[in-house]
Amino acid sequence: MIEFQLDAASGVATYLQLVQQVHQALQLGLLEPGDQLPTAQQVVAKLAINPNTVLKAYRDLEREGLVQPRPGLGTFVIRSLPGTDPTTLNRFLATLTDWLGSARAAGLGPDDIEAIYRTAIRNYFAEGVA
Amino acid sequence: MTAALETNGLGKQYGRRWALHDCTLSIPTGKVVGLVGPNGAGKTTLLHLAVGLMAPTSGTITVLGGEPGDGPTQLARVGFVAQDTPTYAGLSIAKHLRMGAWLNPTWDGDLAKRRIEQLGLDPRQKTGSLSGGQRAQVALTLAIAKRPELLLLDEPVAALDPLARREFLQSLMEVVAEHGVTVVLSSHLVADLERVCDFLVVLVTSHVQLAGEVGTLLASHHRLSGPRRDPSSLPASQQVIEESHTDKQSTLLVRSDGPILDPAWTVKPVTLDDLVLAYMGQARDTERVPHQGLSVI
Repeated sequence: MIEFQLDAASGVATYLQLVQQVHQALQLGLLEPGDQLPTAQQVVAKLAINPNTVLKAYRDLEREGLVQPRPGLGTFVIRSLPGTDPTTLNRFLATLTDWLGSARAAGLGPDDIEAIYRTAIRNYFAEGVA
Repeated sequence: MTAALETNGLGKQYGRRWALHDCTLSIPTGKVVGLVGPNGAGKTTLLHLAVGLMAPTSGTITVLGGEPGDGPTQLARVGFVAQDTPTYAGLSIAKHLRMGAWLNPTWDGDLAKRRIEQLGLDPRQKTGSLSGGQRAQVALTLAIAKRPELLLLDEPVAALDPLARREFLQSLMEVVAEHGVTVVLSSHLVADLERVCDFLVVLVTSHVQLAGEVGTLLASHHRLSGPRRDPSSLPASQQVIEESHTDKQSTLLVRSDGPILDPAWTVKPVTLDDLVLAYMGQARDTERVPHQGLSVI
């Protein structure tokens, strides 16, 4: 069984934090098919959040095909998520480091770079949502 | 589906002062509702009207489809914990539970006993000797054990220290998860409610300033900042709730159902706290300058 944590300062919606934590646990192998997620009651008893928030997170995970509710028993993991291959991670880290070098050489400071990164992330992932 | 609480032009007058005025509101069942507003905004009045402790001066109020306080059946469907979670100081916890059993047709004695046990309280203890947090938990236990469909709580955590506050909200959310009860809780601090409520009502100077699902409200409000400009030049679909300007820059909080496409703006999401403060500020400003246009630029 995993235990959820909340970061109030992150600005990420509570249900999304729960979804992300399940994703992470799946990638790290902390959760495997057959494992049970904490019940809504257990989560709210610990985090003092609205039970509907937990149910919303679990519905999202169900829609992704990762978990399945079994009436009267709880919510169970039915699929695992492969962790990202370390060589892939390293390849992108190297590309990004090169890019940072050229941004620095062009006179950009850490703040500029972060602003660019955030804008790019938002624009890229917001496509189709807005 | 019947609304948990529905009001139409509801008003309550004390002498010449309106404590609540022209309040039209519909709260669906199954929600945890945050009723937020500064002190004296009319939160307690609205809750008292919903319980049936007083009658409205004007308008109508329906609770779970019935008239507030109309007979034993209606009374049994609504649980109420008044401000400062009052109990009878000279009576033991056990006597409070016995009284609850006598007074309520739908009393769940096992639930009450189990909760007192879980809280680690001695039933022989008089409630006058309990800490604020413990007393609040006992009051909540009494309200829950009558198994209401709607639970109304007036400033339940205002007087509690941060730990007791958290424990209280944890118990309350457990009850919601277990029994699916609709909850309305008032507070003058939205931070207390941010994690628990999924429906928000902002009450300012006896008026409903804002009401809706928290998710929808957050998605439809944005914080814009960019080069200074006149807010009246914004598209009609964007309603300005709050604005501040320096000689070069404008910062706005707008309500807009569509996305903000103007590239001149840096768009940021808002928090529940931002929202409540903006609407409270808007109410204050309209009161100060009733009919004047916004004096900007």
